[in-house]
Amino acid sequence: MLGLNRKDAMLLMVVVLLTLFAPFLLNPFPEGSSLAQFNAGYPDLMQRFVIFGIFAIGFNILFGLTGYLSFGHAAFLGAGSYAGVWMMKLLTMNVIPAIIVSVVVAGLFSLLIGFISLRRSGIYFSILTLAFAQMSFALAYSVLTPITGGETGLQLSLNDPRILGVSSTGDGSIPVTNLFGLEMRDSFEWEVGAWLFTFNAGYYVCAAVMLVAFYVAIRIFRSPFGMMLRAVKSNQQRMNYTGLNPKPYTLAAFVISGMYAGLAGGLMVSMDPLAGAERMFWTASGEVVLMTILGGAGTLIGPVLGAGLIKYMENIVSKINSTILHEWFAFMPDGIEDLLVTLVYPFIGKGWHLTLGIMFMLVVIFLPGGLVEGGQRIGRLFRRRDRKGTGVEAPAAEQRRKTPAE
Amino acid sequence: MDAIILQILNGLDKGSAYALIALGLTLIFGTLGVVNFAHGALFMIGAFCAVTLSRILTLSHTVVDDSRTDFLGNPLKVEVPYVYDWFGQAAGDTIIDWAVPLSILFAIPIMALVGLAMERGLIKHFYKRPHADQILVTFGLAIVLQEIIKYFYGANPIPTPAPDAFRGSFDFGVLLGFDPNTIIYPFWRLVYFAFAMVIIAAVFAFLQFTTFGMVVRAGMADRETVGLLGINIDRRFTVMFAIAAVVAGLAGVMYTPINSPNYHMGMDFLVLSFVVVVVGGMGSLPGAVLAGFLLGILESFASMAAVIDLIPGINQVIIYLVAIVILLTRPRGLMGRKGVMED
Amino acid sequence: MGILEVKNVSKRFGGLQALGDVNLSVAENTVHAIIGPNGAGKSTLLNCLIGKLIPDTGSVMFDGNSVLGRKPYEINQMGISRVFQTPEIFADLTVFENVMIPCFATRDGAFRMHALESVANEPDIVEQAETMLADVNMLDKRNVHAGSLSRGDKRRLEMAMCLSQQPKLLLLDEPTAGMARADTNNTIDLLKEIKDKRDITMCIIEHDMHVVFSLAERITVLAQGTPLVEETPENIKGHPKVREAYLGEAQV
Repeated sequence: MLGLNRKDAMLLMVVVLLTLFAPFLLNPFPEGSSLAQFNAGYPDLMQRFVIFGIFAIGFNILFGLTGYLSFGHAAFLGAGSYAGVWMMKLLTMNVIPAIIVSVVVAGLFSLLIGFISLRRSGIYFSILTLAFAQMSFALAYSVLTPITGGETGLQLSLNDPRILGVSSTGDGSIPVTNLFGLEMRDSFEWEVGAWLFTFNAGYYVCAAVMLVAFYVAIRIFRSPFGMMLRAVKSNQQRMNYTGLNPKPYTLAAFVISGMYAGLAGGLMVSMDPLAGAERMFWTASGEVVLMTILGGAGTLIGPVLGAGLIKYMENIVSKINSTILHEWFAFMPDGIEDLLVTLVYPFIGKGWHLTLGIMFMLVVIFLPGGLVEGGQRIGRLFRRRDRKGTGVEAPAAEQRRKTPAE
Repeated sequence: MDAIILQILNGLDKGSAYALIALGLTLIFGTLGVVNFAHGALFMIGAFCAVTLSRILTLSHTVVDDSRTDFLGNPLKVEVPYVYDWFGQAAGDTIIDWAVPLSILFAIPIMALVGLAMERGLIKHFYKRPHADQILVTFGLAIVLQEIIKYFYGANPIPTPAPDAFRGSFDFGVLLGFDPNTIIYPFWRLVYFAFAMVIIAAVFAFLQFTTFGMVVRAGMADRETVGLLGINIDRRFTVMFAIAAVVAGLAGVMYTPINSPNYHMGMDFLVLSFVVVVVGGMGSLPGAVLAGFLLGILESFASMAAVIDLIPGINQVIIYLVAIVILLTRPRGLMGRKGVMED
Repeated sequence: MGILEVKNVSKRFGGLQALGDVNLSVAENTVHAIIGPNGAGKSTLLNCLIGKLIPDTGSVMFDGNSVLGRKPYEINQMGISRVFQTPEIFADLTVFENVMIPCFATRDGAFRMHALESVANEPDIVEQAETMLADVNMLDKRNVHAGSLSRGDKRRLEMAMCLSQQPKLLLLDEPTAGMARADTNNTIDLLKEIKDKRDITMCIIEHDMHVVFSLAERITVLAQGTPLVEETPENIKGHPKVREAYLGEAQV
């Protein structure tokens, strides 16, 4: 199907279903219940899941396949964001031109930076990309203020020309982003009993783009080009003596991942037309590194999982405070309740970064394949148990083995 | 002329911090071959050693002072630090005042222990893993360390003043025969620079003149051969890691009066310190020190109004710009050996 | 006129004259061995042929074209493949992928952006790689990670990778270095088989005289950076100059 083998097609189908039904899946708890705060099915967060998923998928094409660790990929996301907002200021509030220009600008920017940075490898490459990104951040923050809006960020205003649209709407406000008239903020709310599900136009636009991006990534992974990228990681000397020039392959991977970052930036401003320099700061670059490795570098689905996990922690886990903890452990005797709250408290709420750091370290130390590898190991455990059981179950267990990675 | 000297002086304190952190990074890289992204966290922990000690010193108990009354006419309750009880008020005040320099003594054993624990507990297992893995795991460790500090000390910067004697500025220009008030320089920054020079000299002397240092230098040049000579090079390298941690920690302790410590100061410095190490040449100790001061001073010059007028924004990017140019034209840095991590 | 013509090549490293005025001609479809004591300049010469080093003077012509100043991958694309002293393979990839990569390189050149095609949709390449693996008896290991192969298998895989490019000239740098006798004999058999099966020119640098005399049709003896003799194996054995070169080394 679609030029994919059965395993990959299955994976793609699963991802399509998950994104399609995300408003249900992420809202498993009834409104008003004490667990409702764990619902992630609101538009803003769901958009972020898929947008950062795209960012991480792209980063993985560079890091996961070629092994080149870029610490400056946020610069491309930032450049894409600025380009997107400019399209909305100058041309139209339709998101299509904004997204296209974001990808093109980020692609050109990454071509320039990649061309220079890829003259070095290893830690030198990492430092070069970091230096370029920090430079971009500093310049966007100061000298380039006319283009980037400096400290306040780049915003839409009522005076923007918007040649193909209107500068301001009838009631004197800034027009909203749309896709041929479909407003990104449009939502359809559906109440089923105690549950409330929100279906947001912006989310589905982002999800559709993410699915295409994911599909393209699968194709790249399974292509001769993808094989060459893994060869770059494995042995450049042998590549050279096999008549292959590693440079353009690596550069192409760099530019592709830069374009993915630009796509993410473009979608970000399509949902919320505002771009700030902090999107280029090195911590933002570090975040995509965390996402990709946490989920599983070099695997297909890993980066998406990692992005989802980190964004979930950032938005949901971070909101748990000690009152809520006390509620949870209320059934325990007082002393134990207090003790448990004291023990758990540093790791959640505002301390979620600590949990993230620990998880990340554990993954790097014990699970180089990230969460995906963890899932595979658990899966293998079950399969072994199944085999010990009746012979009939074995084929079913085999079916279950839809390993997303290699 | 006086403006130039002022800029050089201004660059010295930041340059000192860069040089000290870069020195530690290079020691670790040169001996253990590990790229330590958690080194900035060590600098930060050092700074918080100073915060901790000054808090310990001001630990107080409440006493009721009958001789004075508050505005309601009740006897006044006053907080009396325990050090008053032990040393008397005058000596107690002096001790509290000198909390930051005293923290050096406090920080040395703590930093050494932190360094040992880090090397034995984590870094040791990454000697044979790829550099990317080392960067990633130490990056994770840095996040963990800074979050722990944030949990205990909060997210806001904590002002930690220098002793009274070193507060304020003095007229450096007069010493050099310029007109008064041309070169005004804060005392503590000069102290910081002198301190950095002492530490750097001590590290170099240690490596140059002790047998231990000689073995370590030999190990840096050729680990395998030294190991074959029956010398336990690993244990020495562990000690070097602890020393590097102490150097970073002390740099942090003494930096607190210049910039109030916060939990992310380590990362802020680390990014720049890596650039410093690369400019100086991966694995070259003199290179790290030289590049640290050079970039500190360069940054200071780039912040001059005249320069910013000429090239807007140059102060923000000068260090990165230098790093990029150096990396592209001379990948081994200013003083690095050829072939270090050049792949 | 040989397929490989080395004329007046010299190379100096600081004070050391590594190669001095080397002339060498390798005839098409022969196995040509280059032997010589340690430090005779064998490896330097080889590195000059594949673009790793650029000689100070002289010319290296392959198939009528100069190789000097070209990048290693360009030289490979001209038809020169190289087997390394320690096998250089793609350790993280499977055996089958290892063989497919050179097939792609030969068909598509040094770079091609075939990012949206599928490896599975390349029947020609797949068939070519399968045939090649069958030739070296490794078809059963096609899905094994190359890094986990035994040293002998790695060597065979590397040969398969080079041969799948159907090179006009195969350079072998001490292909049996560090091998046990049995493995060495296997390698000799493998090379003999290759030579019988296809038209190929081989240039072998080797210490092991057993290997050299089993395979070579022409032998060049190199000493102190200059060729002493070029002869057939029969005539080399008793050659006074050769003995002198090797005994000279022994006395040092």
